[in-house]
Amino acid sequence: MSSDAIEPDRRDFLVLVGNAFAAVGAASLLWPFIQQMNPDASTKALSSIDVDLAPVKEGQAITVMWRGKPVFVRNRTKSEIESAVKVDVKNLPDGLARNENLPDEDPATDANRTMKGHENWIIIIGICTHLGCIPKGQALGDERGEFGGWFCPCHGSQYDTAGRIRKGPAPRNMEVPPYAFTSDSKIKIG
Amino acid sequence: MSGHTSTYEPTSRWGKWFDERLPIARVMHGQFVDFPTPRNLNYLWTFGGILTFILGAQIITGVVLAMHYQPSAAGAFDSIEQIRRDVNYGWMIRNFHAVGASMFFFAVYIHIFRGLYYGSYKAPREVLWILGVIIMLLMMATAFMGYSLPWGQMSFWGVTVITNLFSALDTIINGLGTAIVEWLWGGYSVSGTTLNRFFSLHYLLPFVLAGVVGLHLWALHTAGQNNPTGLDLKEPSDSVPMHPYATSKDAVGLFAFLILFAWFVFFVPDYLGHADNYIEANPLVTPPHIVPEWYFLPFYAILRSFTSTFLWVIPLGQYAKLCGVLAMFSAVLIIAFVPWLDTSRVRSSKYRPIFKWFFWFFVFTCLALGYLGSMPAEGVYVMWAQIFTVCYFLFFLVAMPIIGLIETPKKLPRSITDSVLGGSTAMPNGAAASPEKR
Amino acid sequence: MKKRFSPALAGIVAALVLVPGLAIAEESGHHEIPRQPWSFSGFTGQFDKAQLQRGFQVYKEVCSNCHGLKRIAFRNLVQPGGPQFPEAAVKALAAEWPNKITDGPNDQGKMFERPARLSDPILGPYKNDEEARAAQNGALPPDLSLMARARDVERESPWYIHPFLMLGDILKGYQEGGADYIYALMTGFKDPPAGFHMVDGKFYNTAFPGHQISMPPPLSDGAVPYQDGTPQKLDNYAHDVAAFLSWAADPSLDQRKRIGWQVILYLIVTTGLLYIGKRRIWSAIKH
Repeated sequence: MSSDAIEPDRRDFLVLVGNAFAAVGAASLLWPFIQQMNPDASTKALSSIDVDLAPVKEGQAITVMWRGKPVFVRNRTKSEIESAVKVDVKNLPDGLARNENLPDEDPATDANRTMKGHENWIIIIGICTHLGCIPKGQALGDERGEFGGWFCPCHGSQYDTAGRIRKGPAPRNMEVPPYAFTSDSKIKIG
Repeated sequence: MSGHTSTYEPTSRWGKWFDERLPIARVMHGQFVDFPTPRNLNYLWTFGGILTFILGAQIITGVVLAMHYQPSAAGAFDSIEQIRRDVNYGWMIRNFHAVGASMFFFAVYIHIFRGLYYGSYKAPREVLWILGVIIMLLMMATAFMGYSLPWGQMSFWGVTVITNLFSALDTIINGLGTAIVEWLWGGYSVSGTTLNRFFSLHYLLPFVLAGVVGLHLWALHTAGQNNPTGLDLKEPSDSVPMHPYATSKDAVGLFAFLILFAWFVFFVPDYLGHADNYIEANPLVTPPHIVPEWYFLPFYAILRSFTSTFLWVIPLGQYAKLCGVLAMFSAVLIIAFVPWLDTSRVRSSKYRPIFKWFFWFFVFTCLALGYLGSMPAEGVYVMWAQIFTVCYFLFFLVAMPIIGLIETPKKLPRSITDSVLGGSTAMPNGAAASPEKR
Repeated sequence: MKKRFSPALAGIVAALVLVPGLAIAEESGHHEIPRQPWSFSGFTGQFDKAQLQRGFQVYKEVCSNCHGLKRIAFRNLVQPGGPQFPEAAVKALAAEWPNKITDGPNDQGKMFERPARLSDPILGPYKNDEEARAAQNGALPPDLSLMARARDVERESPWYIHPFLMLGDILKGYQEGGADYIYALMTGFKDPPAGFHMVDGKFYNTAFPGHQISMPPPLSDGAVPYQDGTPQKLDNYAHDVAAFLSWAADPSLDQRKRIGWQVILYLIVTTGLLYIGKRRIWSAIKH
């Protein structure tokens, strides 16, 4: 070949600059291709749902869908509330409230997991914080675990009546979604 | 692959260990780094690299679009709108893919005309050329099925018209054409079933295409690249290593081409499409003026030019449809026979004073057919389409074989090096060609 | 090689300049839908927020009586690149939009109607095409979401000028055929020429294919009360609603052109740099 004696200087500054520009362009082209997999504008806009609590009697629970996730709504009995209130936050595996309506650092007291004036209602996103299964405990005949709340059948995580993790592999309490009471017996989630 | 052996030498122990077990780096180095490339290639030779890039880009954007697209008669149109409006950067990716199809054909047509001009089909590159024709056929099938997916009015009626081509076979065996068309449709008309199978095939064919491109490259690197003189590589000074010489030129060509590509994607994304395709498919209403995408227009003009009377005197009667269909497919297939239709001993048109003119007239013929394909099939347009259809086939069947026999080519340079250095034979081989020392 | 290219290049440039000029001169006698000056036309154009807001007002007070806009959600009216109304105003607008959203089934298994929210589409008055035809004497008022993309203006020109017009449009970044058509349609209601046979219940329109349209003239001077002092003329209404529908059909236009410029500039610079690099590499050998 005509040039096998000596290779041209590939470290020529201008050649390097050109190559660097091309590489930067290729790299920035990645951004839209990564972004396209994120939730799209219509998904993000799927806003709130209204839930009528009137048919849910004491001790009963319903599950509603919000943003494609199950939301547990339980009307707790007196004893269930008491057992949740008397727990010492210091002994909990996860001491944070995990309540979207409150600041991130608030402790996981029962009051911080519910709404003032509506302490009998516990409203949480019904997804086990371990690997995303839906815990049992909504239907009356379900196994509810040692703490009377929810029991995840996948890997045995046990939640108490405030939806806090007490035992098993799950790392966090079940999330409380953003919601508000629009009247005494109606809530708006989201 | 070719007579050229790689000069690759692994430097690390691990590289040596790997090279003994899977010499992929050795092969890549031999084929794409120090592969001997003619030193006189012009920018028309960058279109091979450009086409490889577009194929890759189409596959990537296509896979991404398939993440959001719903191949059903009920959901297709809505999902495209969802992509345009709601998916993050969906509009950009969709424009890339739609414009990319046009760019693909634009580049491939330049690539083909370049091959025709410089005689890149002549021995020993016949198989390379035929693989190229197969690639073009696959591209056409893929593009046609892809255009059906948005399920707009043009999609729907384009599919209806083109699949109905096969019903021309009814003229030969009654019922055969209809049976084939219903088999293609999966029903008695174009429907969601048709859309689903087209989506499946549209996803599959690009990978087949990529496989044939691999063979195309293999054949290219076995025969070696042609060049503007059409001469074979004879002496070491005729070639340069592919990297960094050809690669640096390819990079310039690719980025210059991307300017055009981006212009369409960002400023005129719908220019190459058709407004009717923003109306959802309606099986009860045909748009007033059905035209295929621009890259099919010359072939579409050939199809339509066969009317019951061809060129004033030839009566075709009920066979007009069949003739049109056969002519359209022949117009593509005839390109595969070019290596044997051309009788010239000289490859490059640079040295063919008569053929050169016929080549440019052929380019004009194709452009004219393209224009006529976009016009309504009536009046004077039909006549001109018939005349240019005849010109199209005369180029291959008459001009190519005869000119090769009667033409006296210009004097060829002794070698590529001579053509580059102005034919000076006084200089020792390779002396002036070796790089300066720094 | 280079010397042979330059006369060819000069020829092309000269043809590009001269031929369209001749084409326009020749065309002037020809009647076709004229192009309008749009703020969003060409490769630099962007939507005019105030115009989109007025256009939406025209849609809301006139068009929406018959036509839906189902591919636009109320939330789109808030987003950048569009009319960008304040969110609270759009929330209120959605809540009182007369065409309610059918939702359900509820606890009793019944479908029910509820007011629209930000995430809901802007619906027209009819639940389906059949209901629309029944209410409109058999005519179907089409959804307007894509109207500005689904219509175009065909230009007629002799074959030797055609390629230059095409090239000119590509270089100018012309994509506004739909808007031009909508403007022409809105302002094209005229008395039919003498001897033109009108079907009963149809209206003569110069832009509509066949010139007989089922839609009565929707806009006239003073029909929509503008708040921003823009003269309340048919011409302004037609421009504004065409601009609004252009946005509705292509809401990413602003972003697209903005990113487009960055990409084109980047590509030009990089091509230049790569070309310089290529020259450096090839400087070692004669070619």
